[in-house]
Amino acid sequence: MSDVYVMGVDMIKFGRFPDRSVPNIGAEAALMALDDAGLGIQDMQALYCGNLGQANAMVGQRILQEIGQTGMPVVNVANACATGATAFREAWMSIKAGMYDVVLAVGVEQMGKGLLGGAGSGDGIPKEGLLGSGTMPCVFAEAGMEHAKEYGTTFEQFAKISVKNHHHSTMNPKAMYQIETPLDEVMNAEMISYPNTKLMCSVNVDGSAAAVLVSEKKAKELGLSRAVKVRASAMASDPYTDRDLVMPDVNACTRLAAKDAYEQAGIGPEDINLVELHDCFATAEMLHYENLGLCKDGEAGRMIDEGHVELGGKVPVNVSGGLLSKGHPLGATGIANIYEICTHLRGEAGKRQVDGAKIGMTHVIGLGTACGIHILEKVS
Amino acid sequence: MSQSKPLPVVDYLKIPEDGDPYLEGYRCKKCGATFLGQRNVCSKCFARDEMEVIKLSDKGTLHSYAVVYRSFPGIDVPYVSAIVDLEGGGTIKGNLINIEPDPDKIEFNMPVKVIFDDALGRKDKDGNSYLSYFFEPI
Repeated sequence: MSDVYVMGVDMIKFGRFPDRSVPNIGAEAALMALDDAGLGIQDMQALYCGNLGQANAMVGQRILQEIGQTGMPVVNVANACATGATAFREAWMSIKAGMYDVVLAVGVEQMGKGLLGGAGSGDGIPKEGLLGSGTMPCVFAEAGMEHAKEYGTTFEQFAKISVKNHHHSTMNPKAMYQIETPLDEVMNAEMISYPNTKLMCSVNVDGSAAAVLVSEKKAKELGLSRAVKVRASAMASDPYTDRDLVMPDVNACTRLAAKDAYEQAGIGPEDINLVELHDCFATAEMLHYENLGLCKDGEAGRMIDEGHVELGGKVPVNVSGGLLSKGHPLGATGIANIYEICTHLRGEAGKRQVDGAKIGMTHVIGLGTACGIHILEKVS
Repeated sequence: MSQSKPLPVVDYLKIPEDGDPYLEGYRCKKCGATFLGQRNVCSKCFARDEMEVIKLSDKGTLHSYAVVYRSFPGIDVPYVSAIVDLEGGGTIKGNLINIEPDPDKIEFNMPVKVIFDDALGRKDKDGNSYLSYFFEPI
């Protein structure tokens, strides 16, 4: 099976674009990724498009209607917050299978403001606030409190994660926000679901990101100077755990996908130079230090207290600003984090550059549950 | 037409003609996994047609929780969204009531009781009232 390379990758600056359409926002990133690869839409053999909000509305084909209707096969995918990573992985798999040499993956989302989750079904009466809360800030607060129960993790430690990611985003011009948020500001922000304050919740924004994936043969033809090798593409769903059907388990499926990814790449967590992981809430990031093996179980609090996950630390996490400050356009997130890692591996990340980055990891979780992990490596 | 008797808020809340309301579970006879709501196949051990209907305990312990301050319009906040492990198996989620919604007052693993009461006055479009379950500290 051929190795797979990212030849072009880019994202738009995340923001709010109520006057634009979903395909229009997606088309912009698609063109940027094509330009980055030095290729045109006519060179693409297939398109894998990730979008959640219009999952039944042929977003991929509508993107091609804006930038070039070549007749190529288009697959539209939806997989909650793992949607973008799933589109990328489907593209990766098509090259692995030997079907194609050059394919395009696009992730795009247009979001409303406000709470996600908790709407429930139309039967009977609304259950929100009656049988607990299904809102995302609450669901991830409950997951964080499970960690607090086990290891004594504090509100302040969770809050520090948000301080870190907001600080990182001041160096990322493509992030939604470039604003420092000191610890007292994070802790005193409006409480949404304890222990997640408003500044500890990801930002609902519009955005898109895209990548051109190629086979080894094609990569050599095009030149490897800025190519990034995909060392692993792993995906897992939630395995049975005792409480999973009541309290979605984001830990077990991340551990399953991480194990697979490390095995595919033939490396361990100690070889990873930077990580973009799914900080949909500050509480979630804490769990994934351990789930991804960046530290031992119970040591996540220390990772943030001792600065190991900051830019300049042992393994910088979410140097882009993460979902907390860069923003979280659901379907775009899984490709935007691949853009971030590739930018560091290419040495093009400017002020936030992780020095000497050779291998990076991306991670997303879609509740319900899907986990997607990619390991990427600098080629030259 | 609205009914005089309240309806169950979820299908696993049972209201017998004579006797007290209770929560119903499905337990796999092969592996012991406990589920809420009817099912024929065990998602833990994959056994088919090995499910038995059981009455879930009305006692349990607090596994995890969050204090919800922001919810949808019209919903009273703050309240405690709680995950409770029931004695003898099964985990359920609901509101923990009759306790201050303050993390300093709430203890992990604290014993709680499942109680049944009107669903906070909520009615469906036909005017039916509902019986719900809640947790309270023992």
